[in-house]
Parts: sequence; C-alpha cells; structure tokens
Amino acid sequence: MNAIKRYLNSFLLIELLKGMKLTGRQLFARKITIQYPEEKTPISPRFRGLHALRRYPNGEERCIACKLCEAVCPALAITIESELRADGTRRTTRYDIDLTKCIYCGFCEESCPVDSIVETQVFEYHGEQRGDLVYTKQMLLAVGDKHEKQIAAMRATDAKYR
Amino acid sequence: MTAFWLNLWSGVPPWWQVLLLNLGKITLILAPLMAAVAYLTFAERKLIGYMQVRIGPNRVGPRGWLQPIADAVKLLFKEIIIPTRSNKFLFILAPILSIAPALAAWAVIPFTDTLVLANIDASLLYILALTSMGVYGVIIAGWASNSKYAFLGSMRSAAQIVAYEIAMGFALVGVLMAANSLNLREIVLHQQGGIHQWYFLPLFPLFLVYFISGVAETNRSPFDVAEGESEIVAGFHVEYSGMAFAVFFLAEYANMILIAALAVLMFLGGWLSPFEGLLPTNLMALPVLGTLLGSGVHWLLAKISFMLFFFLWFRATFPRYRYDQIMRLGWKVLIPVTLVWIAVMGVAMFLTPWGHLFH
Repeated sequence: MNAIKRYLNSFLLIELLKGMKLTGRQLFARKITIQYPEEKTPISPRFRGLHALRRYPNGEERCIACKLCEAVCPALAITIESELRADGTRRTTRYDIDLTKCIYCGFCEESCPVDSIVETQVFEYHGEQRGDLVYTKQMLLAVGDKHEKQIAAMRATDAKYR
Repeated sequence: MTAFWLNLWSGVPPWWQVLLLNLGKITLILAPLMAAVAYLTFAERKLIGYMQVRIGPNRVGPRGWLQPIADAVKLLFKEIIIPTRSNKFLFILAPILSIAPALAAWAVIPFTDTLVLANIDASLLYILALTSMGVYGVIIAGWASNSKYAFLGSMRSAAQIVAYEIAMGFALVGVLMAANSLNLREIVLHQQGGIHQWYFLPLFPLFLVYFISGVAETNRSPFDVAEGESEIVAGFHVEYSGMAFAVFFLAEYANMILIAALAVLMFLGGWLSPFEGLLPTNLMALPVLGTLLGSGVHWLLAKISFMLFFFLWFRATFPRYRYDQIMRLGWKVLIPVTLVWIAVMGVAMFLTPWGHLFH
C-alpha cells in the first residue's frame, strides 16, 4: 500500500509540485540581501580587523616591547626591535605587522599586558602593491590615533566579559 | 519621397527583391529573439535570486537592467582560446552547429494567423528535424575539445537526447492526431474557440511529457547532466571561452524560447486569446481593451513568457537528476505514458463516440 502511495506521489508529480510550492512562496518572501557598500551588518565589539597601537591619554605609547605578541603570533607576522630610552624605559624602535601573513586570530591583543596592540573594527583597507600591507610602527600608531574613540568604546562594552 | 523609393525598389531585380525582403523578415525575427535571449538570462538570475531570498543583479544600470549588455560586452572582448591538441576545425564548427538549428527553427513559427516567415505544410517535421540537429553541436564540441570532461558531457548529452527525442516525438504524434495537420499554423487554428478548446486539456499527459522532455532536450536543470558543473566542471563547453562560449549560451537560451514557443503553439493555442468567443461582442469592440483581449501576437508572447517562467522555476527548485534516473524516467516513464495516451486517443477516435473530445 505504501509502495503504491509512494509511486503515485512521484508519478503524479506531487512531490515535485510540493517543491515548486516552496520556491514559489520564497519568490514573494522579504529579501534579506544587505547592499554592502551602502548598508552594513552590525559588527561585534570583539571584531578582529585592522591592527592598531594605542597610546595613554598623555600621548605616551603603551607598548613596552615585552614581545609577548611576537612570541604568541602563530603566523610569525610580528617583528619587534627595542632599546632603552633616555628616561630608562624600554620602548620599541621597530614594530612591524605583515598583514599578508596575519590570520587575525587576536592572540596578540589577548597577550598584551598593557592593551597596546589591539584589533579594530576597520576591515576596509587594501594595499596597491607588494609591501603595502606591511604595517610599520608609525602606521599602526596612526591607526590607533585615528580610531582611539571607537577602540576605547568597544573595550568598555566588552570590559565585563574580559 | 515615397515615389522615389518605390521607383528605386522596382529597379531592383526580382530575385534580389525576394532576397532582400526575406533578409528583412529574418532580421525582424532574430533581432528581438536575441534581445529576448539577453533578457531571459537577466530574468533567470533575478528570478532564481528572488526564489533564494536574494535580490540578484542590481548594480549595472537602473535596477540591473544593463547587466546582460555588460555580460555580452565582456564576452565579446575575451580571448577565444583554442586548446593545442584539439581539432581546430570542429572546435570552431561546434558552436555554429548548435546555434544554427536553434535559429533556423524560427522560420516556421507562426506569430499570428498571417505573420509567418515560411508557412510550409511539414513545419512540425522540420522543427523536429532541426531540434535534433542541435545535439551535433554538443557532441562535436565535446569530441573536438580533446578533454575528458567535455567528452563525458557530450556522451551524456547524446544518450539523453536520444531518449527524450522519442518521448517528445510521441507527444507530438498526439497533437497530429488531434489536429490532422503537420502545419503549425493549422494546428493553432484547430484550437480556435476559447481556452477550453486548447489541446492542453484533452492531451494533458502529452503536454506534460512534451514539456518535461523539452526541458531535457535543452539540457536545462534538472536534466543538465551535460553541463553538470558540480561533477564535470562545465561539461561539453568546458574548453570554450569568450564569444565561442557565448554562442553556446545563446543557443541554449534560444532553444529554451523555441521549446516554450512550440509548447504554446501546440498545446496552449498560440496567438489565440483565451477569451475567444467567451466574452460579449460589445466588450470586444472597445478600442484598446478589445484588442488586448482579442487574439494577437501579444498573447503568444505572454504565453511564451509564462512557459519560460516554468523553465526558471524548475531550475530554482529541483536538484539535478542522477544519470541513471534520467534514463529511467525517459525510457520507462515518459515513453510508456505517451504510448498509452496515443492508444487511448486512437481507440476513442475510431471505435467510440467520444472521439470529438480529442478534436
């Protein structure tokens, strides 16, 4: 009996019509496409985009060249050189991130004891030739200066979960 | 001015007049057909997008209307790469062989009672012959490419078309029996008298079989094993690029429109209005509404669009048939169904008093 029922269901195209009913309904459903450059999806405060080096409010750079990020980086994308400054503190002379190597895992951000290296919500950037995506200390600091407000706000939102 | 042109025209030798007139008519058929093909691709992408809760192309031009133009320009400027170990002559010949029948078949399609390029008596036979020619393009393309995937695709296509050609032919035999004619124009004229006179009602199983095998014949989803992009890359046209590929593409879509047009002519009353003889005559005498509701080429176009919508709907809905399932469906389901229905028709027409149901 079941076999006959199954046979009739497929012979009389009932199964196929059911499928067409489904797609036919979807034809009139509300479309969920986001028109990207004009519309954007919400971004999590933990989003891991372009890197930035932060400063203290008095303008002093946070990074103390502990090289934890360099050590933890699984892609070996970070290169740090450091020296003793005249005031006796240790600071970086070189802080390069090769964004073509970086896998945006966020380990550098997690390992940083002074919240210096962070990943911002910026994801729209590009390089036009080879080497453009090797970000130097100056470039990273500039990114930090530009987006400091947003970075701070996002850290505040996420603070109670950290 | 008119006198000058008429004078010039009469100066042309008569055989040239015939040639020029026919070339003009061919252009009048093919130019809108090409535009229709271009916008059918657009409609397809848009419609499938909508059925997948997406928007589809909407960037090129207002609401994406220029997308097919952009596609065509892109394909025109791309290089045609001929594989080194391929058979160059056949490689070039294959796309031509696949588009020529798809376009030539339009010669006998009647657009209205009087509007037909070649009103020949065996037009249905001519259509059958030409649509089967199309498979040579596919087979030769697969062979000439000297590529495993292309060859697999063309072998599949050949077997599939052999199977479905028979079912299609038998479905048309039913139409012949009902209309007593091989002339497409007369087949349509036999369906006069309103929607209930159209052949899709008495010949419903044949209509379904015809349309299903039409989908298979044009290698459209869910019967697109010849392309099978998830199994054999792109099947028979995997080695083609640029305009050579575009010609295959054009042929596929021109064939789709042709199959839809034939389905309309043979089962849905062609250019006839569904309200023929069903509405009061004073309504039909109204200036604009009367023309719209009356028979005319607009009904043919509307019905063709309706059938094409189903082609796209199928593509958005069904997953591809497995190869052995296609063979089983063709040989063990569609052909027996047509045979049974032809037998039923024959018996009804000649042995029982209910033969008029099928006329």
